[in-house]
Amino acid sequence: MKHTISVIVENKPGVLHRVVGLFSRRGFNIDSLAVGTTEKPEISRITIVAKGDDQTLEQITKQLYKQIDVLKVFDIPENEAVERELALIKVKADKNNQKEIIKLAEDFNSRVANVADNSLTLEVCLETENLENLEKLLKKYGILEMVRTGKIALGKTTP
Amino acid sequence: MEILGSQALIESLKKEGVEIIFGYPGGTVMPIYDILFHEKSIKHILTRHEQGAAHAADGYARVSGKVGVCIGTSGPGATNLITGIANAYMDSIPMVAITGQVATALIGRDSFQEADVTGITQPITKHNYLVRNVEDIPRVVKEAFHIARTGRPSPVVIDIAKDALMSKTKFKYPDKINLPGYNPTYIGHPKQIKAAAKMISIAQRPVIYAGGGIIASGAAKELTEFAKKANIPVTTTLMGLGAFPETDPLALNMLGMHGTAYANYAVQECDLLIAIGARFDDRVTGHLPSFAPKAKHIHIDIDPAEIGKNVRVDVPIVGDVKQVLSELTAKIDFKKEKHEAWLRQIDEWKKKCPLSYKKTGKIKPQYVVEMIDEVTKGNAIICTEVGQHQMWAAQYFKFTKPRMWVSSGGLGTMGYGFPASIGAQFANPKATVFDIAGDGSIQMNIQEMITAVTHKLPIKIAVLNNCFLGMVRQWQELLYEKRYSSTNLCNNPDLCKIAEAYGAASMRITRPEDVKKALEKAMKITDRPVLMDFVVAKEENVFPFVPPGQAINEMLVD
Repeated sequence: MKHTISVIVENKPGVLHRVVGLFSRRGFNIDSLAVGTTEKPEISRITIVAKGDDQTLEQITKQLYKQIDVLKVFDIPENEAVERELALIKVKADKNNQKEIIKLAEDFNSRVANVADNSLTLEVCLETENLENLEKLLKKYGILEMVRTGKIALGKTTP
Repeated sequence: MEILGSQALIESLKKEGVEIIFGYPGGTVMPIYDILFHEKSIKHILTRHEQGAAHAADGYARVSGKVGVCIGTSGPGATNLITGIANAYMDSIPMVAITGQVATALIGRDSFQEADVTGITQPITKHNYLVRNVEDIPRVVKEAFHIARTGRPSPVVIDIAKDALMSKTKFKYPDKINLPGYNPTYIGHPKQIKAAAKMISIAQRPVIYAGGGIIASGAAKELTEFAKKANIPVTTTLMGLGAFPETDPLALNMLGMHGTAYANYAVQECDLLIAIGARFDDRVTGHLPSFAPKAKHIHIDIDPAEIGKNVRVDVPIVGDVKQVLSELTAKIDFKKEKHEAWLRQIDEWKKKCPLSYKKTGKIKPQYVVEMIDEVTKGNAIICTEVGQHQMWAAQYFKFTKPRMWVSSGGLGTMGYGFPASIGAQFANPKATVFDIAGDGSIQMNIQEMITAVTHKLPIKIAVLNNCFLGMVRQWQELLYEKRYSSTNLCNNPDLCKIAEAYGAASMRITRPEDVKKALEKAMKITDRPVLMDFVVAKEENVFPFVPPGQAINEMLVD
């Protein structure tokens, strides 16, 4: 089962290492990881998407709490959160299909970030599932390069 | 007035009440040693290997209950401490390990004697620090000691860059600690305690399974009161030896892989298992799904992460076991006849399958342990290395008081006992301190003999010498068809000569009738360590033995 885990940490050296180390030691595979500051500069939020059973997740949550620099840990249930992932996708494009690709991007609320002679770079900010749907559709044109930030999420209500 | 970072470090240690440091100098910690040169109120004990320093600090902590402190230089000094830090981490021993680090400008350039100490120690510490700025030293020391000794005790590493030690700062020791992410729970939830009390009141066949948490929390008295009031038998883990007097009729002694048969039977048959400050280690549970199959579980521990880690728990209580136990004792009723049938059954098991060994012409290692118990009247601090001798010490010495047992439980570190006995003797200079050792283990840190000799420590080293790496040999005999691969130590050096070379006393004992006399003679040596080389039966096995992966009642008994 996939889980989105938010870890609120003090912005101190080594804290990311500690958090990630715990996941690998417990055999919990991290699908994606996004780290950034929050509304308070001394606090960071690490958003982790990982697969694992509930018991392992509970153990990881407890182990995370044991870290001195970890302030809060929560598992964000899918339908109670706003979730987004940003991707930059460079697609092979020529004069013949450029318009078609731009139309497709627009259908997915995305936009063109750069136009080159034989490629388009799209800026995509979607829920992970939609992002992956778009990726599938773009494959037929040829994806030259892609980068994803990993999912970020916030609970819909105040925790 | 401004002082050097190294001075600020020592002043901070003094504020934390540190009286003794075990360590080894080197390039990056020279500023600290320069301060220690004149320092009167902190004693520095030079070991001969950093591993010895870490184990000595650990042994000191186990006996005194205080935070043990050790120092090593950057690079190899720090990596030599690692085994000792990991050992303390596995057994929840409070320790602060101070390591030098290369100067900040050199960090990350593969400089001479540079190692990423905070990276390396991350999974074996409760917390660690890399101090780059001199003004952080007092705060970091304050936090480190607070973290090490509160909640679930553990080691903390402070890695300090050399330039921070050599810069000047205004020294002000902080009054307060600001660690918003660290709030251990001490008070057990009253609702949970009530639920536990109810479960205890209806149990027919309860067993208390007590671990090292009792010792750490100082709850031996509370445990005894609880067990006696509720009339419940008590089994202890290796780490819990001394938490409950083994001379008490309710004592089941140790459980698990080399536990007593009656402890293991009791756990397998009980309808309520009350785990207190214990962590369901695999050496205790054997095959996990078959462990205590008929029991409901109450689990009391200060570390929430221990609850539900290995077994499902019906009533978890997170809190300091001392506090929880006294609350719980107050909430249970006392009826003398309670659990009568159950205790009768246990007595039958005790009579039918006591700990036993066959006496032959050779010295039996178990006999040596029994004689140590007799000669010291049970009043000795027993340190051990790791292996067969450790299990025999655990089985045949009757532990009655906490902090008298110093043994590497979780990590199982050969070479732990002797340096730990040095720390133990410093923690309690008047006590009789034994290191019960094997001929394999004693050679792993034998260089510390000179540390003990230098400080005239009258440590009694009882080597149960069977010319084998005995525990591995036992497994090879029972599980690998006697293929004694790399376990024969027939080319051992003369251990007595080694001891003498260092300036210690020595004896070689080859006949059973000389065992007691030798021990009595050793007790009279008070100005230096004495190594007793007991030449024991070579292929003696530790029984009971639960083969790995089996349920704990499926044990081999001979």
